[in-house]
Amino acid sequence: MLEKALVGSKKYWAWITFLGVLAAIGVFNYLHQFSYGLGLTGMHRDVTWGLYIGQFTFLVGVAASAVMLVIPYYLHDYKTFGKIVILGEFLAISAVIMCMLFILSDMGQPMRVLNIFLHPSPTAMVFWDTVVLNGYLFLNLLVGWVTLGSDRKGIAPPKWIKPFIYLSIPWAISIHTVTAFLYAGIPGRHFWLSAIMAARFLASAFAGGPALLIILALIVRKVSKFDAGKEAIQAVGKIVAYAMFANVFFLGLEFFTAFYSGIPGHAQSFVYLYTGLDGHSELVSLMWTSTIFAAVSLVMLWIPAIRKNEGTLVLACIMLFASLWIDKGFGLIIGGFVPNPFEEVHAYWPTQPETLITIGIWAIGFLVLTLLYKIAITVREETAGIELEH
Amino acid sequence: MSMDRRQFLKIAGISSILGFGASVVSTAQPSLLTGLDPAQVDKNKEALLAKRWAMVVDMSKFKTDDDYKKVIDACHLTHNVPDFRNADGSVDKKFEIKWIWTAAYERAFPGQDNKYMNEHLKEMPFLVACNHCDNPPCVRVCPTKATFKLPNGITMQDEHRCIGCRFCMAACPYGSRSFNWRDPRPAIKSENKEYPTRAKGVVEKCTFCTERLAVGKLPACVEAAPKGGLIFGDLEDPNSEVRKIVTNQYTIRRKSDLGTGPGIYYIVGGSDHA
Repeated sequence: MLEKALVGSKKYWAWITFLGVLAAIGVFNYLHQFSYGLGLTGMHRDVTWGLYIGQFTFLVGVAASAVMLVIPYYLHDYKTFGKIVILGEFLAISAVIMCMLFILSDMGQPMRVLNIFLHPSPTAMVFWDTVVLNGYLFLNLLVGWVTLGSDRKGIAPPKWIKPFIYLSIPWAISIHTVTAFLYAGIPGRHFWLSAIMAARFLASAFAGGPALLIILALIVRKVSKFDAGKEAIQAVGKIVAYAMFANVFFLGLEFFTAFYSGIPGHAQSFVYLYTGLDGHSELVSLMWTSTIFAAVSLVMLWIPAIRKNEGTLVLACIMLFASLWIDKGFGLIIGGFVPNPFEEVHAYWPTQPETLITIGIWAIGFLVLTLLYKIAITVREETAGIELEH
Repeated sequence: MSMDRRQFLKIAGISSILGFGASVVSTAQPSLLTGLDPAQVDKNKEALLAKRWAMVVDMSKFKTDDDYKKVIDACHLTHNVPDFRNADGSVDKKFEIKWIWTAAYERAFPGQDNKYMNEHLKEMPFLVACNHCDNPPCVRVCPTKATFKLPNGITMQDEHRCIGCRFCMAACPYGSRSFNWRDPRPAIKSENKEYPTRAKGVVEKCTFCTERLAVGKLPACVEAAPKGGLIFGDLEDPNSEVRKIVTNQYTIRRKSDLGTGPGIYYIVGGSDHA
């Protein structure tokens, strides 16, 4: 089926070239970072994780969100998702690949990455995160490829694939739970030391991932004959609305505990993020942008008339995605490091090479996504009209 | 029973696959790394041994800026800690690496100050370093066991195994760990050839001078401190000076409520110790 990605229109190749150039710029900057060291980034001894780890955390959520399509379709036999589910699975694959690239980019000694397997440490959450992420990549590759291969031949997928599909459901939950555990078990980082972290992660993932999927499905419909279906997109829209409500509610719970308890350590990071602390207010406008986008998109998704109009639905999804990206891909990580263990504020802002590397990895992710979607779309276009039987 | 080579290899192969006899074979063999049998290796008779190394910092003994400077310089010069400077000569905070340094009381012990406390006490510089915790979060989170506990209580760092993920730095509640954001070697003014330098991309920190203890010397900071300023010893030994101080005097530790069990104790007041 891979050959399907090699045939396309001029627009297709222009898009591929565009992503390729961004990826090349990223790789070039990474080579510089590789030889100079991570000092090329904006990170320092007090904010030791930045944009890279933020993107990793955010994208694990995007990857996990495929389960929001897999559960209705495979577990509840919700046939409406028959066409969109493959878009979700392939999005998960590209998201996991981006996660791995961001982790590698963040390593001081990337050549030693296999030490994680040479000296496995079950007490380390990174070890488990590596295991579950690789497993999830494998599961989605297998399930996506086998089901699409069967579609191509116009037959039902083989029975042996079912256990893998069912396994991918708890597995998706596990990747984001373990990712939350990277943060939620660290003493002395009050901002992260919250029992609700994993639940919050899942809620934001199940809002942000499907929101991106709606945007992608509408783009796919524009550029090809593949239509995920109006009803399917509406159903995903409802999922986004409920998940976003849960996410905003969970964030509210964090605020309550931090400020009602009055324990300074618990409140300081929130104060830094939303109003500024000790004269530092680098993230304040970003965090309020996130807050306003969250509120507006939630209201838009809540009102049926707005949600049912695809034009306004996609606008709400873009705002929601941007809101969660700021909150989880940036604020959550930086907030954990500010103030530092000495209660001093040392700000962080990504450098230009760091930003270009980040854009480069997103470009690689979208390149993978484009190729996978191209294959899926072409297969589906060829078999259009044939009733899918899963 | 006679057995030819072929038969022996067969049995050895099968039994090692099944897990039998594998341990017998491995103990009889010399270490792959050194080629030496453990019994052949002499322990250094001079080495200082302990069940739980710990330190007491007696603040009353530190009077001048120079008292602190001597301690910090002794450590950093011994261990080839780079000294990154800005063009104007100030410390380059972006790349700064430190094993032992000073922090004001209100910074080292957040929440332990009060608004009526005089500035002198609030700003009093306390020596801070790795606390060599009983229950170190950095060790728990390290995905490669590059940081680990020694049986003598020291939290050790293997800079050759470290992958530079900096999880230990996120986990340490004391900010005791430093990362080599770039090649540190150009910033080492006078290299101590007795101690290795580090590469870029790895984490480093105080090791309680493990390498000096192994040859019977006290940590470099202890030697350089004013008399009685830094007291180093075995906390598990009831007759050691550190143990007597910790038992009989009022000492405080940084963030001990986190359950980490820090191994550095501070005497804030001015009384003579036990």
